[in-house]
Amino acid sequence: MVLQYHIDGGDFVNAGKASSAIKRVLKQLDVPAKRIKRVVIALYETEVNVVAHASQGVIEAVIEPERITITVKDSGPGISDIEKAMQEGYTTASKEVREMGFGAGMGLPNIKRNSDDLHIESVPGEGTFIRITNDLRD
Amino acid sequence: MQIGNIAELLKAKVLTPGLDLTSEVSHAFTSDLMSDVLTGDYDKTILITGLSNLQAIRTAEMSDIREVIIGRNKEVSREMIELAHDNDIVLIRSSYSLYRISGILYEAGIKPVY
Repeated sequence: MVLQYHIDGGDFVNAGKASSAIKRVLKQLDVPAKRIKRVVIALYETEVNVVAHASQGVIEAVIEPERITITVKDSGPGISDIEKAMQEGYTTASKEVREMGFGAGMGLPNIKRNSDDLHIESVPGEGTFIRITNDLRD
Repeated sequence: MQIGNIAELLKAKVLTPGLDLTSEVSHAFTSDLMSDVLTGDYDKTILITGLSNLQAIRTAEMSDIREVIIGRNKEVSREMIELAHDNDIVLIRSSYSLYRISGILYEAGIKPVY
């Protein structure tokens, strides 16, 4: 099963819709609750990052019986130093993003914590590509 | 403690009528920082927050939190209530400060997450 979603930068009203839709699908597939939570936390944090930093992005989720592979590609400023961005507390978020309850430099480390495998590529000035792969069965 | 009893203790208004008010709450977490909420593991946990926006409800949804209290009578939008309803999240609002809400629930035996 392949699911696709579009994200608009700055659209905090709809941030989380894709994560919510995928959560419902995984529930229908009887994926264990703890595994669903890991997937949707990693994806929701990614959605918020795209809304907070990029102009737009596309999410594609490929759901197989044993695993889910989520790719998120955005057009935006990119991440100039991925290693630094992975450090807890490092942030480039705006005041507006902080007022929404995010932007504390906890997003990327939390995405990593909730991913079985995380791959990030980024070209500063162009955008970021993230691939999250998680097992769906115990 | 049942969420219905918690609402009474806090003189809070239930904003999601029709949802089950007998669900048990054993723990609470107070935060306005959703990034922090998203790092925790929760079971029977109520979120106490002063952040009244859609992302507070989304964060509860993703974190498997079934009850949310908005403190200080912050304005709650229709969209927030609908989103909470769609996800079976009981949303209540109290005029008390987050400190007072936390203190009352702590005294009533609701445990901290950390």
